[in-house]
Amino acid sequence: MIEIKNLTKVFTSNGNKIVALDDVSLTIKKGEIYGIIGLSGAGKSTLIRCINMLEKPDQGQIFIGGKEITALSGRQLRKERSKIGMIFQHFNLLSSRTVAGNVAFPLEIAGTPKAQIKERVNELLYLVGLADKANMYPAQLSGGQKQRVGIARALANNPEVLLCDEATSALDPQTTKSILALLQDINKRLGLTIVLITHEMEVVKEICDSVAVIDNGKIVENGPLVNVFAHPRTEAARRFIKGVIQIDLPEEVKEYHLRQVDDSKSAVIARLSFIGTSAGEPVVSSLVRHFDVDANILAGNIDHLKDVPFGTLVVELRAKNGGLDKALKYLAERGIEIEVFNDEPTSA
Amino acid sequence: MSQLQPNRSKAALNRFLPGLVGIAALSVLYWAGMNLELPGFLGKLTSPMLWRLLLQSTKETLWMVGVSVTLAVIGGLPLGVLLVTTTPGNVTESPLVYKVLTTVVNIGRSIPFIILLVAIIPFTRLVVGTSIGTTAAIVPLTVAAIPFVARIVESALKDVDKGVVEAAQAMGASPWQIIIKVLLPEALPTLVLGVTITAVNLIGYSAMAGAVGGGGLGDLAIRYGYQRFRGDVMLMTVVVLVLLVEVVQSLGDWAAETLNKK
Ligand SMILES: Nc1ncnc2c1ncn2[C@@H]1O[C@H](COP(=O)(O)OP(=O)(O)OP(=O)(O)O)[C@@H](O)[C@H]1O
Ligand SMILES: [Mg+2]
Repeated sequence: MIEIKNLTKVFTSNGNKIVALDDVSLTIKKGEIYGIIGLSGAGKSTLIRCINMLEKPDQGQIFIGGKEITALSGRQLRKERSKIGMIFQHFNLLSSRTVAGNVAFPLEIAGTPKAQIKERVNELLYLVGLADKANMYPAQLSGGQKQRVGIARALANNPEVLLCDEATSALDPQTTKSILALLQDINKRLGLTIVLITHEMEVVKEICDSVAVIDNGKIVENGPLVNVFAHPRTEAARRFIKGVIQIDLPEEVKEYHLRQVDDSKSAVIARLSFIGTSAGEPVVSSLVRHFDVDANILAGNIDHLKDVPFGTLVVELRAKNGGLDKALKYLAERGIEIEVFNDEPTSA
Repeated sequence: MSQLQPNRSKAALNRFLPGLVGIAALSVLYWAGMNLELPGFLGKLTSPMLWRLLLQSTKETLWMVGVSVTLAVIGGLPLGVLLVTTTPGNVTESPLVYKVLTTVVNIGRSIPFIILLVAIIPFTRLVVGTSIGTTAAIVPLTVAAIPFVARIVESALKDVDKGVVEAAQAMGASPWQIIIKVLLPEALPTLVLGVTITAVNLIGYSAMAGAVGGGGLGDLAIRYGYQRFRGDVMLMTVVVLVLLVEVVQSLGDWAAETLNKK
């Protein structure tokens, strides 16, 4: 659906060159919710603003539905833009227009006939649950309601793509949840492709199918959500994941237990990651039953990545007679990710 | 909303109270002048002669200010819009156009009104066929007010949230649609306040219109009140001017607040 190729954007401010995007390439599939996460200043906004050409990239190409948007300008660009919805951190509603007037705005821009506008506005307000607020002004709404107006407005022209620039960053956790639920509902119901940038891993974890981590203008990691969570390859990714699930051994556990593990042939401390169905299975107990192994659970939690259960357990496994290798193999066969801590006791 | 209504009308009454009281007081004086013969200074203040002069001059002032404000808005609004949209990074950016416009506007604003009044006499004659009289005074008033309005429009439009403009761009709005559907409606309350300031300024400027036989309240105050030592005329013209400014300002404030949905 969206194909970004070798995108580069350099800002010059006060004679300093800031490379906001450095050779970024991404493919976003039709109908998926794609999260782009990064720290402040990483280049997230610049990237998403390039997708509808609010920012003109210096190099590279962007294709949306096969059409090269970076090659367009003027009237053609405006026509393409009307098919790309966008919502913003600060909502950016017209304060002089009512809720209905704001939703009608993109339709007026596109030259939709008056009678049709009215009908479509009612439909959209119903969709986002604001049918009773049609004649209110944005100043009379809460943040969550404003963002719903923003969403209704973005959907007015039946876009195929919805761009969300920190759409929930100005909202409290409760409201964030309800807005994310609405986005997910729209994604399912309308088959809309959603690109969502955020600095909150919670948001990504909640609704994204795929995620890209952007750091210093570079995409350092990307792929299906579960993969990135299960195998973060870069420090940047680990930092974000650490924020929402515990992936490192607590300091005191590490110190105490690693000291006990003298021989890695007979004892290990390992982090087991369960993804999907295996998270529901009593793997540890069957391990203990099938092999001559003692398992001591040191830490653990279960979480959800979008709809996929994702669990981690830190266990100390002790085995006599070289049973350990077999035990680990058994776990691996059941689709469990294993990371052994003994090998790098200083990892943090 | 509906619970707010009584409060609102109360606030509106408070806002217009000084103006209403002033108008009532003047009406009483006018009535007294037409029906009673009062002694002393009161008699002077209620003399039918004074009131004829006052009414005539007020009409002239209203005509001069009304027409020149209207023309100044018609001329200044597009200029102000251009000043904004031609700045770098804006919808129809063009550094050259901006530079030319801003220079012209600055020159226009730096010429003292009394000099402008005289300096453009040939132009005035060209436009209205004469260089003296109330209608002739409208030309320099308008010329002086256009750059002023342009700057006021410029600052009002610059205050419009950049994010809202960007949202409109993202929806595929053309520069023209952004001006008509975003910038102007969003800036409307500020624009109304700006027009109010312009009108009040022009009431002041119109006092100098006497220099070209423009008449009006200021002219009355100078010719009778100052040059002929008529304290009663001076006093009443000033009262009417104060009242005029009061009414214009409170109307403008009220309109701006009513339009402001923020
Ligand atoms: N118009 C601009 N002029 C100059 N530099 C800019 C401009 N826009 C962005 N930058 C710079 O580009 C870099 C990336 O900015 P960007 O806004 O994309 O970051 P971000 O990831 O969205 O950050 P945040 O989470 O704070 O919104 C930053 O260093 C920023 O200072
Ligand atoms: Mg940003």
